[in-house]
Amino acid sequence: MSTESIAWRAPQAAARPLVDKLHEWVTTVDHKRLGILYITYALFFLIIGGIEATVLRIQLIRPHNHFVPPQVFNRMFTMHGTTMIFFVAMPVLFGFANYLVPLMIGARDMAFPRLNAFSFWMTAFGGLLLYFSLLGANGLYGAGNAPDVGWFAYAPLTSLAFSPGHSTDYWTLSLLVSGFGSIGTAINIIATILCMRCPGMTLEKMPLLAWLNLVMAGLVILAVSPLTAAQIMLLIDRYLGGHFFDTQAGGSAVMWMHFFWVFGHPEVYVLVIPAFAFASEIIPVFSRKAIFGYPVMVAATICIGFIGMSVWAHHMFTVGMSSSANTFFVLSTMAIAVPTGIKIFNWLATMWGGQIDFKTPMLFCVAFLFQFLIAGLTGIMLGSAPFDWQLGNSYFVVAHFHYVIVGGILFTLFGAFYYWFPKMSGRMYNEKLGRLHFWLFIIGFHLTFDFMHIPGILGMPRRIYTYEPGRGWDVWNLIVTIGVVFQAAGVLVFIGNLLWSYFRGELAGSDPWDAWTLEWSTSSPPPAYNFGSIPTVRSRRPLWDLKHPDDPDWKYE
Amino acid sequence: MSNRPKGIVMRALKSMLAVLWFPAASAFAEPEHPFLSPTNIFAPASTPAYSIFDLSLFVLEVTAAIFLVVFSLLAYVVVKFRKKAVSDGREPAQVYGSTQLELAWTVIPILIVVTLFLAAARVIASIQNAARPSNAIEVTVIGHQFWWEYRYPSLKVVTANELHVPVSDPAHPTPTFLTLLSADTDHSFWVPRLAGKTDLIPNHPNSMWIDPHETGLYLGQCAQYCGTQHAKMLLRVYVDSRDDFDRWIQEQRQPAHLSDVASQGRHIFEITACINCHAVAGTVANGRFGPDLTHLMSRQTIASGVAKNTIGNLIAWIYKPDVFKPGCEMPSMGLSVQQSAAVAAYLVTLR
Amino acid sequence: MTVPHPILVGPARGPVAMFSLIAAESAIFTIFVVAYIFYIGKSQTGPQPKDVLEAPIFYTLCLLSSSLTIHLAVKGLRKGRSRDFGIWWCATIVLGATFLFGTLSEWNRLIYRDGLTISTNLFGTTYYSLVGLHGFHVIVGLILLTAVMAFALSGNIRQQHAERLDVLSLYWHFVDTVWVVVFTVVYVIGR
Repeated sequence: MSTESIAWRAPQAAARPLVDKLHEWVTTVDHKRLGILYITYALFFLIIGGIEATVLRIQLIRPHNHFVPPQVFNRMFTMHGTTMIFFVAMPVLFGFANYLVPLMIGARDMAFPRLNAFSFWMTAFGGLLLYFSLLGANGLYGAGNAPDVGWFAYAPLTSLAFSPGHSTDYWTLSLLVSGFGSIGTAINIIATILCMRCPGMTLEKMPLLAWLNLVMAGLVILAVSPLTAAQIMLLIDRYLGGHFFDTQAGGSAVMWMHFFWVFGHPEVYVLVIPAFAFASEIIPVFSRKAIFGYPVMVAATICIGFIGMSVWAHHMFTVGMSSSANTFFVLSTMAIAVPTGIKIFNWLATMWGGQIDFKTPMLFCVAFLFQFLIAGLTGIMLGSAPFDWQLGNSYFVVAHFHYVIVGGILFTLFGAFYYWFPKMSGRMYNEKLGRLHFWLFIIGFHLTFDFMHIPGILGMPRRIYTYEPGRGWDVWNLIVTIGVVFQAAGVLVFIGNLLWSYFRGELAGSDPWDAWTLEWSTSSPPPAYNFGSIPTVRSRRPLWDLKHPDDPDWKYE
Repeated sequence: MSNRPKGIVMRALKSMLAVLWFPAASAFAEPEHPFLSPTNIFAPASTPAYSIFDLSLFVLEVTAAIFLVVFSLLAYVVVKFRKKAVSDGREPAQVYGSTQLELAWTVIPILIVVTLFLAAARVIASIQNAARPSNAIEVTVIGHQFWWEYRYPSLKVVTANELHVPVSDPAHPTPTFLTLLSADTDHSFWVPRLAGKTDLIPNHPNSMWIDPHETGLYLGQCAQYCGTQHAKMLLRVYVDSRDDFDRWIQEQRQPAHLSDVASQGRHIFEITACINCHAVAGTVANGRFGPDLTHLMSRQTIASGVAKNTIGNLIAWIYKPDVFKPGCEMPSMGLSVQQSAAVAAYLVTLR
Repeated sequence: MTVPHPILVGPARGPVAMFSLIAAESAIFTIFVVAYIFYIGKSQTGPQPKDVLEAPIFYTLCLLSSSLTIHLAVKGLRKGRSRDFGIWWCATIVLGATFLFGTLSEWNRLIYRDGLTISTNLFGTTYYSLVGLHGFHVIVGLILLTAVMAFALSGNIRQQHAERLDVLSLYWHFVDTVWVVVFTVVYVIGR
């Protein structure tokens, strides 16, 4: 281990005009700055998407509510879904990958820094394009503004006949453009991890976060590309009079469903595997133990990647596939429970016998374990095709995937924010505010998404702007909406905490968690070149070896 | 439904018990008194829904057992291995893995998965590959933005929004087989107490079947987003006794009962664009974009279950359809209130 | 601040990135090929493939042989024979351009003689999309090849650049391989 902390002083901010600083950020190719740009951008859209969700929930607070007209409601759920998946979850995870991967593998930057900047700006442009629809989509023949076809935009609702005007075009183009950005980032992550590791860091000595991001990037390449192809087809249909999804001319609506979900399901793993990565870094540090079963964790992730490519049609159990196709997709879907289960047990085994310190990042990770368990179990219910014929497209599904994306991914993301905030900013967050955020958010989460399962069981379909009284759905919808208040409060505390700590937090030092991976060996925030001299590692926990020269990891691995 | 606070609390408690996957869940499977909701998937009343219900109970039991085991482990770990207030500053023993343990939590889940898969495969086959008996009723369901068209090809009946099927005695089943088509976008036919949902997709005919065991009214609604008024594309399935069903078919097969009582309304109806979309058998009205109105008054609701079929609602609906369904495909024809009332007066003669 | 980052372990980043890009592109082409195969024979109106398509054997041979010439060009450069490199690289560009000309003349014939456009029927939609997507990749490849040619003429391509040109030739081989698939699907199976 030859690492030295480098005293790095942030250049005096006041000394330079704002324009210079902005120019630096816009033209940066530094992976850390691009990571922070990704994250900030995603946080901005998180708030927008959250506001959209709030509009949806206020409308559904009671039957026959008139808060917004149906057209607006339909736009809101389309924008909410599209924004949260493509302009919050993907960018924020790419941001963390960008920031952390080079630091954790002992590299000075990503393999292709300029491609990295290009990818970010493509993603950013995609998000702006989506929201520009609010202004620009009123074509000559006014037919609405924001897209209103749902985030999976089933054909033929997206055809010119049913979606005139330009709103659907903006939706398509924004996903196409940000898709190029995602593929660029994925290529970059793969090249970085395979080619830029520091001496001694063989594949089996990489931190799990690097491994999981490698699998994630592979999935992005195989999953986002089909979406790109499908969007090109949709554009051909809409602009050149093609017939891919034109059912009047023999085209197939089911084809779009297949193409979308060939992207759409692996996309879930694109999002959840980085979340697993955060948990796999945070849980060991706060349990003070090495990750349990590293090789099995890697193998399980690769398994999830492969099986994840073959389960897409479980989103389509109700479209009338043959019984043999349905049966196959039940099997593949259930099979994915096995590697996922292994991961949960391995995290539990990591905590077993440890000295668990319930700092905010760990609180979020424990909540993640609990919620991801439930999300997995409701996933088994939905994976059982006949059960899905009842539950599919109902609020039960909505509850299930929010359990995955909020209860699983967002919770670990919050954990990751608190865990790496000292590294990124050089300052500690406020622990009390962190806990307040945690408790507000977990209460709100469970109020909203636990009770959201029930109207689904009672027959409430998703994407309805209002519902009839007397269906027994009223109370549940009221509770669900109340939960939103707590979640919103939690997010406000979170953002307040970040801002306050950025300016006023205690100085963190290079290694506030007494952690073991390479990013904690350099200063906080790290210098532009990351490491004074490129480190050499002998085990998966180089800093453990450094701190315990008498009992280093490389003796056992 | 009671709105008293006590009622709400009781309902909440009961449903929590149900949702917490109590074995007692089967207690509310009585078809006569659907628990909590007329669209409760756990109140089956037809063979496909029963098969799914049985499977779902099994799945719920298995998942509940898994939940209990893993949750107990998690709770134990969280309580037992907290950092001690007083620590000697030494790191705990480092354990890097255990092949036996990891093998165990690979093999046991595989066994569970295989069991769940076999159970699901059996039900898929029993529902999707069910034989179609010769006495089955055939209905073609056509989804439109935003209403349902029902055609009984062998019985020569066309109606809209309210499906009538005969009750099926489990000893001598007379199931109804639905062929599902769409005239425009994707829809989904979902009456939770009768069967799971199946999508109606243009250029992709689907089928499903139901065999309701009890007479009565079963509710549902479109379960695939199909456009602006997706929320108000409600389903009503009337399960009649065999006699009532045969009588209903006889009535539906008659041409319209025309009288001179409302000739002014009929005139307005036939000189405006109404007839481009609506059909009234035996008159010049033969449009097919909208619901067939030949026996409009045999239906209890209008606008796909959104409003009661009363003359007041008919007038309002004709005068300004956006009152019930903003963004629906039926345009306001620019008729005055008086003209709308005259048309409604004509429509109420269509029994 | 950019600091040169030494590549310390693992393979060179260029080929890794190109193989990743090729994986992504393959996925895109797969979707278009699946759509093409699914829609074979589903067109509701004419013209049908068997009436209007003729297998472009000559142009196919041109494109396939350009894989060989680019290989010879890079091999020449690696051995420091810049004259060999220039000749073979030019040949690659000429062969690629000939192929592109073949596609364009075929389209010209289909549009003006046979009246088949992208909006005529499902065959038109899938045919122009798939062949056009491939043609787009040929165009991108030709632009890159020409850019390298321009560098070479200005004397800026030297022996040490062989590795980078290897990456580009990977892309070109991919474009050729895809054509084998497209040819099989469109002119063999689809007819």
